Amino acid sequence: MANIKLPKPEELSKIDHKPPQKRWMDTPAEFKQGMYCYGAKGKNLSAVDFPNARDWSPDDKDWKLPENWKEIVLEGMKERLGKYRSFHIFMDICVRCGACADKCHFFLGGGDPKNMPVLRAELLRSIYRKYFTASGKMLGKVAGARELTEDVLKELWYYYYQCTECRRCSLFCPYGIDQAEITMIGRELLNLLGLNTDWISGPVANCYMKGNHLGLEPHAIKNNIDFMVDDIETITGIKIEPSFNRKGAEILFVTPSGDLFGDPGIYTCMGYLMLFHELGLDYTWSTYASEGGNFGFFTSMEMAKRLNSKIYAEAKRLGVKWILGGECGHMWRIINQYMDTWNGPADFLEEPVSPITGTRFENAKATKMVHIIEFVADLIKHGKLKFDPGRNDQFKVTFHDSCNTARGMGIFEEPRYIIKNVCNNFYEMPENTIRERTFCCGSGSGLNAGENMELRMRGGLPRANAVRYVHERHGVNLLANVCAIDRAALPALMDYWVPGVKVAGVHELLGNALIMKGEKERTTDLRGDALPGKEGNEDA
Amino acid sequence: MNLINLLSSKKSAILKRWFDEIVSTYPDATSSFLKTQDDPFANPVGQTILHGIDGLFDELLKDTDSNEMPSFLDNIIRIRAVQGFTPSQSTAFTIFLKKVIREELKDEIKEDQLYNDLAALEARIDKMALLSFDIYMKCRETLYEIKANEVKNMTFNLLRRANMLSEVQEE
Amino acid sequence: MGAIVAFIAVIILVLIVLAGTGAANLHFLLGVIIPYLTFVTFTIGVAYRVVKWGRSPVPFRIPTTAGQQKSLSWIKDSKLDNPSTTTGVIGRMGLEVLLFRSLFRNTSSKLYNGSIFAHKWEKWLWMGSLAFHWSFLIVLIRHFRLFMAPVPSLLHLIEAFDGFLQIGSPGIFVSGIILLGAVSYLLFRRFYIPQVRYISLTSDYFPLFLIIGIALSGILMRYFIKVDVVSAKELIMGLLTFKPIIPKGIGVIFYIHLFLVCALFAYFPFSKLMHMAGVFLSPTRNLANNSRMKRHVNPWNYPVKVHTYEEYEEDFRGKMKTAKIPVEKE
Repeated sequence: MANIKLPKPEELSKIDHKPPQKRWMDTPAEFKQGMYCYGAKGKNLSAVDFPNARDWSPDDKDWKLPENWKEIVLEGMKERLGKYRSFHIFMDICVRCGACADKCHFFLGGGDPKNMPVLRAELLRSIYRKYFTASGKMLGKVAGARELTEDVLKELWYYYYQCTECRRCSLFCPYGIDQAEITMIGRELLNLLGLNTDWISGPVANCYMKGNHLGLEPHAIKNNIDFMVDDIETITGIKIEPSFNRKGAEILFVTPSGDLFGDPGIYTCMGYLMLFHELGLDYTWSTYASEGGNFGFFTSMEMAKRLNSKIYAEAKRLGVKWILGGECGHMWRIINQYMDTWNGPADFLEEPVSPITGTRFENAKATKMVHIIEFVADLIKHGKLKFDPGRNDQFKVTFHDSCNTARGMGIFEEPRYIIKNVCNNFYEMPENTIRERTFCCGSGSGLNAGENMELRMRGGLPRANAVRYVHERHGVNLLANVCAIDRAALPALMDYWVPGVKVAGVHELLGNALIMKGEKERTTDLRGDALPGKEGNEDA
Repeated sequence: MNLINLLSSKKSAILKRWFDEIVSTYPDATSSFLKTQDDPFANPVGQTILHGIDGLFDELLKDTDSNEMPSFLDNIIRIRAVQGFTPSQSTAFTIFLKKVIREELKDEIKEDQLYNDLAALEARIDKMALLSFDIYMKCRETLYEIKANEVKNMTFNLLRRANMLSEVQEE
Repeated sequence: MGAIVAFIAVIILVLIVLAGTGAANLHFLLGVIIPYLTFVTFTIGVAYRVVKWGRSPVPFRIPTTAGQQKSLSWIKDSKLDNPSTTTGVIGRMGLEVLLFRSLFRNTSSKLYNGSIFAHKWEKWLWMGSLAFHWSFLIVLIRHFRLFMAPVPSLLHLIEAFDGFLQIGSPGIFVSGIILLGAVSYLLFRRFYIPQVRYISLTSDYFPLFLIIGIALSGILMRYFIKVDVVSAKELIMGLLTFKPIIPKGIGVIFYIHLFLVCALFAYFPFSKLMHMAGVFLSPTRNLANNSRMKRHVNPWNYPVKVHTYEEYEEDFRGKMKTAKIPVEKE
């Protein structure tokens, strides 16, 4: 399978020569190991009724496409040009000014010119021109148009799964052309041919059938949380009793399933549990709507909507008043910009009001879903929580804005406000790498697999580089974030580029600092590491 | 003038050529960007290479074997190790320096008969090249370790729980 | 490659005029028919494109948020970069269209001595495009003196402002010089910056060459190869009043200028120049980030197949009961 070619001796001696510079249209994509994910398995595609379900591998010459694949793609494009003004306009108005070219983390870290957002879009635009514009039909290459061939399709697949839909290019574009939008539609077209990755289609099938990406069955979710409850009891001496699928609760809590499983997501989840217990919040978990994230979003709008529907459906079934959402990136882009449109109106819910402070969350009055970071910032502002930030003194913290919450929502101040309340040492990364200009972790939009590790490391380099700067300058050793994919992907990134920096969700830090009624004197943090000044007297 | 002094006085010219040689291993559209953008956060690759070779050059001119060389090499090779280059392509930049120095100082070396000095310097560059292979391998090993760790992290909870269960049964 | 094709295309356009005004004596075609055809092509073409875009709905509210959202009352939201109201959106669009806000974002920080930050001026593209578009607009407005009798006082004001240098006779208009300079810069960067060269198409070079041709012929006409302005105005007023006439002796350079302008406007609806209209319709810029406050409706929203709770409980009822998770059906 691996097509690692050893260079011939004469190639080695040519090493310092510039690569041949042909026009991009005449340079077919070269599939490099470590840059792409495994192909989707047939069973996962058919579980959600996706077309052309079969096992395939991008390494194979034959991608087992349906005979009329070209027709399917062009028909699909036509349909989407009519359905999305964004897509139609973005195909037409780019002037190729190059403002976006050096804004993409994959281009910055890898150097492949086809990772310049403008060129990634041109891969699809050239096809659009050929089949949908007069000039492209008549003038061909002169008008920047090209035939849709199998090589072109493969190129499209290769590069549209090298985009994390982070929207950084869109920020700098004078017309707001958003490669994330183009990638999403490009991937929809590829999915019409069953061209998905294993890492995305697996979680999609799991989420559809079992309620979450990881495929945790109801009892497993409960077991996992019980396990965290035990750990919390060990650390704080307090026994928490969360409820599941409980009808009549005031609030339904939904968070990405990554928080239920795996290190360091579980520590963030422990933070939620402790917070809710301390507040005495009337809330419930759901095993059916046990996924806030949505890998369907990385395949097609329709699939995303199908997965997302569970949240409102469950809120309705349980009869809750409103929904609280955990820390996640793309989950919040979806809740903010898509959920109500897809599956609303949520007229069976009430306008969210904090039962502790009485604050009405006016900004969520239609969706009826509040971000836990907003919820907690409000609590702190009203002095409802007591903290001992010294319990985070082992950390020097910096904060990574997730792309989706940054450029698809704009939640910047709230997490910083919380961090500053629960930690004593907080340092910002350089200005052009945070807030709306934040750099992606390099693993978003379903690219956080193992087999494409080189891609992830390249894409994460600009982010890691900024972390490294604060690491060296201020001794930062903890990268805080509000995203489950960050928590899954950034540890690897740090291990490679900035060893010594750990990754944590904001609620892990909150859980460490939160002073709970009746707690015993803590000797360790949520990870079980000794607190500063308590070394050597951990519980045996 | 001995070679070391000569190199010091021509440092910026040599570094520029060396840098150009290295970035020319990237496509045109990329190499120009790597050269022109001098914000280290907007252009981590170009700026890391530039700082790296600057440091390496100083280290090479020092009399004693230095401890700093590996870290400068590491910064550059860590990047090239994930950029789809072959092992030789990833590390060949060290050897580029030989060519650069010979070309840049051709006349002076001939005039002042600095061949012995040059041979000594090139031996040091060779050492640097060998070191860079070690570092490359370490980077790749780290990468595979990370892959393995990710799987381990995913199942960590399960394993922990499995252990717990067996402990309880023993009681 | 693309640049050469585009350059040749513009040269051919000029040659057509030379042939047309010289041997073929096609003044009526060049002075009357083509301007009318251009007008029709431009208006119908642009309207067609805009209507076609307008027909594609905006299913989702997807602004690119570039600042703090509106959330809690004590957190200051960024009203222009992340607008939550229509007023905010108008402000954002105004900044975008009039001042190219997004291009202005290109700051970059630089390390001095490895420690201190300083901000670097990285605004060449922003400055170049701003200079280009604004000077183009002013030049265009100045030309209305040829379409109007009497000339409105606002135009006199603009001309006075534009000609503030008061050099030579006729006085130099700064806008023309800036236009030529800016468009040359935009062309230059397509040649000079390899990334931009790599992405540039023939259709990127063509309008630039065309505009350079227009500006050059205009400047030549005003300052060097004088044409009979009165006759030119006669021709234009004739076109506007649908009583076309071809006054004698306007000069070839006028026809070149006019023909290149026609080429530009006729080409407009078929090209990326449509960005002028498109920017107003861009859903990542012209929508408020308020979809959690106010429901956004997708006109083609359709029911999808979902995995219901009932089906889920069917699959896991046993396991749920064992785990003491409540179920609907025992």
